[in-house]
Amino acid sequence: MDLFGIPAPLLFGQLLLGLINGAFYALLSLGLAVIFGMLNVINFTHGAQFMMGAFVAWMLLNWLGIGYWGALILAPIIVGITGIILERLMIAKLYKLDHLYGLLLTFGLGLIIEGLFRNEFGSSGLPYRIPAELTGAWDLGFMFMPVYRGWVVVVAFVMCLATWLVIEKTKIGSYLRAATENPALVQAFGINVPRMMTLTYGAGVALAAFAGVLAAPIYSVNPQMGSNLIIIVFAVVVIGGMGSILGSVLTGFGLGVIEGLTKVFYPEASSTVIFVVMAIVLLARPAGLFGRS
Amino acid sequence: MNLNRRTILSAAAATPLLGARGARAQAANTIRIGILNDQSGLYRDLSGPGSTQAVRMAIQESGITQRGVNVEVVQADHQNRPDVGATVVRQWIDRDNVDVIVDVPTSSVALAVNTIVREKNKVFLNSGAATSDLTGAACSPNTIHWTYDTWMLARSTGGAMVRAGGQTWFFITADYAFGHALERDTAEFVRSAGGRVLGQVRTPFPGTTDFSSFLLQAQASRAQVVGLANAGGDTINSIKQAAEFGLTRGGRTKLAGLLVFITDVHSLGLQTAQGLVLTETFYWDLNDKTRAFTTRLGAMPGNIKPSMVQAGCYSAVLHYLKAVGDMGVSAAKASGLEAVNRMKAMPTDDDAFGPGSVRSDGRKLHPSYLFEVKTPAESRAPWDYYKLLGTTAATDSFRPLGEGGCTLPRS
Repeated sequence: MDLFGIPAPLLFGQLLLGLINGAFYALLSLGLAVIFGMLNVINFTHGAQFMMGAFVAWMLLNWLGIGYWGALILAPIIVGITGIILERLMIAKLYKLDHLYGLLLTFGLGLIIEGLFRNEFGSSGLPYRIPAELTGAWDLGFMFMPVYRGWVVVVAFVMCLATWLVIEKTKIGSYLRAATENPALVQAFGINVPRMMTLTYGAGVALAAFAGVLAAPIYSVNPQMGSNLIIIVFAVVVIGGMGSILGSVLTGFGLGVIEGLTKVFYPEASSTVIFVVMAIVLLARPAGLFGRS
Repeated sequence: MNLNRRTILSAAAATPLLGARGARAQAANTIRIGILNDQSGLYRDLSGPGSTQAVRMAIQESGITQRGVNVEVVQADHQNRPDVGATVVRQWIDRDNVDVIVDVPTSSVALAVNTIVREKNKVFLNSGAATSDLTGAACSPNTIHWTYDTWMLARSTGGAMVRAGGQTWFFITADYAFGHALERDTAEFVRSAGGRVLGQVRTPFPGTTDFSSFLLQAQASRAQVVGLANAGGDTINSIKQAAEFGLTRGGRTKLAGLLVFITDVHSLGLQTAQGLVLTETFYWDLNDKTRAFTTRLGAMPGNIKPSMVQAGCYSAVLHYLKAVGDMGVSAAKASGLEAVNRMKAMPTDDDAFGPGSVRSDGRKLHPSYLFEVKTPAESRAPWDYYKLLGTTAATDSFRPLGEGGCTLPRS
């Protein structure tokens, strides 16, 4: 059976692969959206922090003998703490200034971190194996589905849902949302707003690191792995609507699928299709698909 | 955003020369070598700062500085972009009096540099780029293509796969000059051996990290061999993900890494890379001379072993400086064409590649080696990665003179 001149099994396979890549876009853009929504900072260090997550997983394994499952918990915590230090020492000083300053600072920090890792580990990357529990594959009939990729989709989806629930449905989430609307008033109620902002940044960074650990066994663990992804992820956030959590998640998965289909119909354009979508969306809805203007 | 960072980097790389402009008295007796390669992207480990280290060793071992000739080295990051590479080379030649451009991986950049160097009558010693067009349609009297090329890879690795029974092929090709050339040269071998090419997919370069979609298309074609016409990080991700998606399960489909460097094997790890068949012209552990060469080179940036590209930079600069010593600094500086002609007239010999020669079309000739990557059990030491399957003599390794379409007069 053929659909649009492409054998149906191949098309289903591509849809599934698009969903898997979309899971990474969703996880990364989620962290970005949380940080932008709460702190009003466009965190260009996000790609470097994603990369750090993968490298910390590698270090935990090779230096301390801590495997994948430990890394999945520890790496986000470790990288999250570096994020908190960064926020306290530098980023917090810029909240009162224009967005552009935060963007420049985080962009510069990203370059420095990437450069340091490149000097230490080279550019071709380090091997990180899929954990034994998740090796192997399912034969779905229309394609050969690695167990690990299935795991990535499920875990990314659960993580996105949990973050959305925390922010939209819990008390602490309501404080956060209130603090972005009117920090002075929330502070007046006796809530420590600066500390809340710090922890939010740490959590956003931890999400990036978590995605980094998930990516380590699939992609080569190399210093430029973050900068390859981050531009796409920014496009995802812009399309979804800056600061909209639900928007970034849905757009992340959706664009993964669109990109996957482009890889079948016109592979040469697969690295640009997301930016074409971005341009169209910005023309039609400048605030993004789910953003409030 | 890469654009901003990298523009800044290349500007920074070019500034140190500004201070040297005053020293005109010395300039007549100074050879300036410009090393242009990838310092920050996917080809950094196989070229990058390691090439500079190899060139510095060549200068030292040439003994030319003891004879009163100054040799200066500058380097820059071309970011794998032809426009950036062309700008740097123009600046180097017009403003900074650079006499010879070395390395230049990434075929699209190499082709751009090739044209400028010819126009300015300087010398281009290419080690890093693969496209066989450098000694074919785009050949130049000012260029020597040193280390390897797509024709030689196609003949060696592609030929071995066809002989092993791989009759039907599908290519995953990096969408730029290099990938196209490698696919073209390999497809020619496949067809002339009676095989068929069932299809190909062109992947955007740079910036593709997920190859699973392309691998699935390759699988759907039911080809016996999936040829990877890509390099560096692209090859690493392709091989890694092919293993993940069970592309080669059951042994029906084989993966042909048409250009695999030792740094790629290191990054993949033997567990994933084992059994891969590949071709190189230099391997650090090939013989006593290559081992001695590697020892003299000392610790490399990133603690890697030298790649064939880095060894090629050493070998090319050593031979160039021999020619300079022979013809005199002023003559070598005055005409890049004459310097290259002198290099073609002299036999080459060094520890990395052994004895060889430079052909009239600019092709450096030396043997090529077909290797298989060892299993983790077979590897006895760090970087003990290859076993030798076969050697192709220097005369047979590269495309015969006259078949490439080069119009330079034969010497």
